[in-house]
Amino acid sequence: MVQAVAVKKFFIVFRETLRGSNKYYAWLAFLSFLILLGLSAYIDQLNRGLISTAMRDQVSWGMYISNFTFLVGVAAAAVYLIIPAYVYKFKPIKEVALFGELLAITAITMCILFIMVDMGQPFRVWHILPVMGAMNFPSSLLAWDVLVLNGYLTLNIIIVFYVLYRISHGKDYLPSIWPLIILSIPMAVSIHTVTAFLYNGLPARPFWNASIVAPRFIASAFCSGPALMLIIFQIIRKIWKLDIENRAIFKIAELVAYAMAINLFLLGAEVFKEFYSGTIHVYPIKYLYFGLHGHANLVPWIWAATVLNIIAFILLLLPKTRENFLTLNMGCAFLIIGVYIEKGMGLVIPGFVPDTLGEIYEYIPTMQEMVVTVGIWAAGALMYTLLLKATIPIYTGKVKF
Amino acid sequence: MSKIRSNPSGVKLDRRTFLKGAALGLAGTALPLDKTDASFWEAFFQKHFREMNDDEKKKVIQRLEKEYEQKYKKAIHIGSEKPMPGVLFGYGLDLSRCIGCRRCVYACVKENNQSIDPQVHWITVLRFKKGEKWIDLEESEKYYNPQNVPEPGYFYMPVQCQQCENPPCVRACPTQATWKEPDGIIVIDYNWCIGCRYCMAACPYGARRFNWGEPKRPAEEINPNTHYLGNRPRYKGVVEKCTFCVQRTRNGRYPACVEICPVGARKFGNLLDPQSEIRYAIEHKRVFRLKEDLNTNPKFYYFFAYGR
Amino acid sequence: MGSKKKSFLLSFGLFLFLLLFSNAEAVEQDIPKKFFVPPPPFSPGIYPCSQCHAGMPANAKPRKLEMMHQDIVLKHMPGGWCFNCHNPDNRDKLRLANGQLISFEESYLLCGQCHGTVFRDWKTGLHGKRTGMWNGEKQYLLCVHCHWPHEPTFRQLQPMPPPARPSNIK
Repeated sequence: MVQAVAVKKFFIVFRETLRGSNKYYAWLAFLSFLILLGLSAYIDQLNRGLISTAMRDQVSWGMYISNFTFLVGVAAAAVYLIIPAYVYKFKPIKEVALFGELLAITAITMCILFIMVDMGQPFRVWHILPVMGAMNFPSSLLAWDVLVLNGYLTLNIIIVFYVLYRISHGKDYLPSIWPLIILSIPMAVSIHTVTAFLYNGLPARPFWNASIVAPRFIASAFCSGPALMLIIFQIIRKIWKLDIENRAIFKIAELVAYAMAINLFLLGAEVFKEFYSGTIHVYPIKYLYFGLHGHANLVPWIWAATVLNIIAFILLLLPKTRENFLTLNMGCAFLIIGVYIEKGMGLVIPGFVPDTLGEIYEYIPTMQEMVVTVGIWAAGALMYTLLLKATIPIYTGKVKF
Repeated sequence: MSKIRSNPSGVKLDRRTFLKGAALGLAGTALPLDKTDASFWEAFFQKHFREMNDDEKKKVIQRLEKEYEQKYKKAIHIGSEKPMPGVLFGYGLDLSRCIGCRRCVYACVKENNQSIDPQVHWITVLRFKKGEKWIDLEESEKYYNPQNVPEPGYFYMPVQCQQCENPPCVRACPTQATWKEPDGIIVIDYNWCIGCRYCMAACPYGARRFNWGEPKRPAEEINPNTHYLGNRPRYKGVVEKCTFCVQRTRNGRYPACVEICPVGARKFGNLLDPQSEIRYAIEHKRVFRLKEDLNTNPKFYYFFAYGR
Repeated sequence: MGSKKKSFLLSFGLFLFLLLFSNAEAVEQDIPKKFFVPPPPFSPGIYPCSQCHAGMPANAKPRKLEMMHQDIVLKHMPGGWCFNCHNPDNRDKLRLANGQLISFEESYLLCGQCHGTVFRDWKTGLHGKRTGMWNGEKQYLLCVHCHWPHEPTFRQLQPMPPPARPSNIK
């Protein structure tokens, strides 16, 4: 009987995702088209092997892992909303923190997809699981990452479900869930720290083997995630006619500016250490910023990212531009692009160029890789759309039990 | 059909129709459908090599031998020789002798059943210019192709798996698919590797190779004397590397690269035996190990036997 | 005068004897085992040398060879000549500096007279190529398998093809 009620409730919520304007259906169709495209590219990759990508022994990780790394940052950023919302009881943000957690769930799911498409033997994925497989814990940082990512995912799902359940029954949710919410703060920091350590712990790759990597990861994550949230809030506000206070948006933007300041400072510290000491470890960062032996594929990208980050920092720092929606959105967009380059390909590729024996192979992703990547982003967008579609009616009190 | 099963609602469904339906349902998931027999699932659920007892190992090896025979139309023996007690393998390479002829690279391919297309080599020979910088890896050249070697003014350094005592790749592997054997060789269970390539990122010597595509090699070029942890044919999407020819060395033989080297620059033996060639080299010659500062403790020693 | 010559001859003889004796002893101590080597790399049909040289007088004068062995231009030991190594009386043998005759299978003893450190390394298995078992029977190669004794510098080889560049692996 209890199950029947639960199923019924699920369908009531699920029905909400099917209702919408023509524009909504067009959006879903568009995303589905991209997903199918990505899926077909992936099936081709599955048949031919990863040779369909541009990755080779010299550069053995590429676009997939770059996207994974960026998205871990986005997922971790949910706490950026949680801290002021729940800990400091900043009410305007508290009301929208839920959407941040939904974004975290989506981002982690995308992370898992990006790892899956990068695997040479995806059907053996159970080998990595504890008990069932032979997880190399605590030795392998990748094993740690599997644990913390899934832990964070589970935690966020529990929080979101519980909060929605309480809201839908017209009850207060905070008293019983807040320990989990507090727990999610160190968890968010840990997923990003562990992912940073994944790179950091490899003495074979001097570009990654710098203690500053984890702090830089966190600083940049606290930029890109909330920046993405700011844009999403405005879209939600427009489509659902939701009451999200400007105050909340401006406050988050201000925090992003501070995070970016730290991010730029850490970058400067890294640049100084590498170039001033000029050991053999300088080659990868030289390749990244100036090119090496005539190979300079990443140079325009990383300078674009650096310039975009600095402009975004200024736009979000000055109250005048921060509180103007045109410049605010420009700042957010610049920042997302900047961090996507810097914490994506800009982080992963120089780890492999030059490779451990000094060879330079310039990696440019193949069309197939890009289509799969777009497919996963479309899957993430679809997932987030459906999650919003299902939860906003509960959030606004339209659906009540 | 002999096996007719009826479901609760009384609708009769024979096994083949049922399988067909199931197969159609699975079509999108790209599972190998032609292998609906038990062996596919046996392979899927195969245990980690180190968790198998001798009986299980025997069974798995029999199945693999059958699979290989079907694929290559010739009998392939898969050995599972255990490490010899009191043996720790070590390798020496005389940089004052190596002429960079790459005979070792191809002898290795011949012995160890690497894929010909896409090309997989376990040994990389680097060329350096004599003079100011000497062994500066950033200045090394891997694709040199002169008429004759050695070229005046250059020297050569082959690099392959250094069989570290403190291997970063083993630490990195999330599934324990690669490990250090008691005789010091780092091996991979090709049926357990998930192909995440974290070990390749972790290896400071560029020794690990990935099967980016389906490994292809003419059946007549397959070396039928193999070892489970060594040179048996590999799969698409798994990592492989030099094992000091485990299939040869555990039977007392020299690795293939040692035997082919026309200048005798390659030395091999038991590090625990004071009479071995490798011990003589370490004790009497100028020795170094690559990237010693990383504390990987390679068992691959580069040495200079002579000036000239 | 006569006694002086006599005593000189005697002492020289004694010296030679000691040299021979001590050397032979040293050789015996140094090489407790016989090395397992493949046959020496003779040019086809050239051995035994006595098939031509038997009865031919030995000519100790350094000159350009015109009748036979024209390919041999000695680039080993400036000022050296055939009989530094080859035995003039029985060409099927080599001759050490101490006069001891050795077979071509033992030519490493001859090379070892000058190249002592290399010879030492060769015996331990460090110099030159070994095949066989790392923990058992090994096959050695003679010096002359790799170094043509008349011009011993290791000759250049054509290298095997370079690996495929990553961008060409498709």
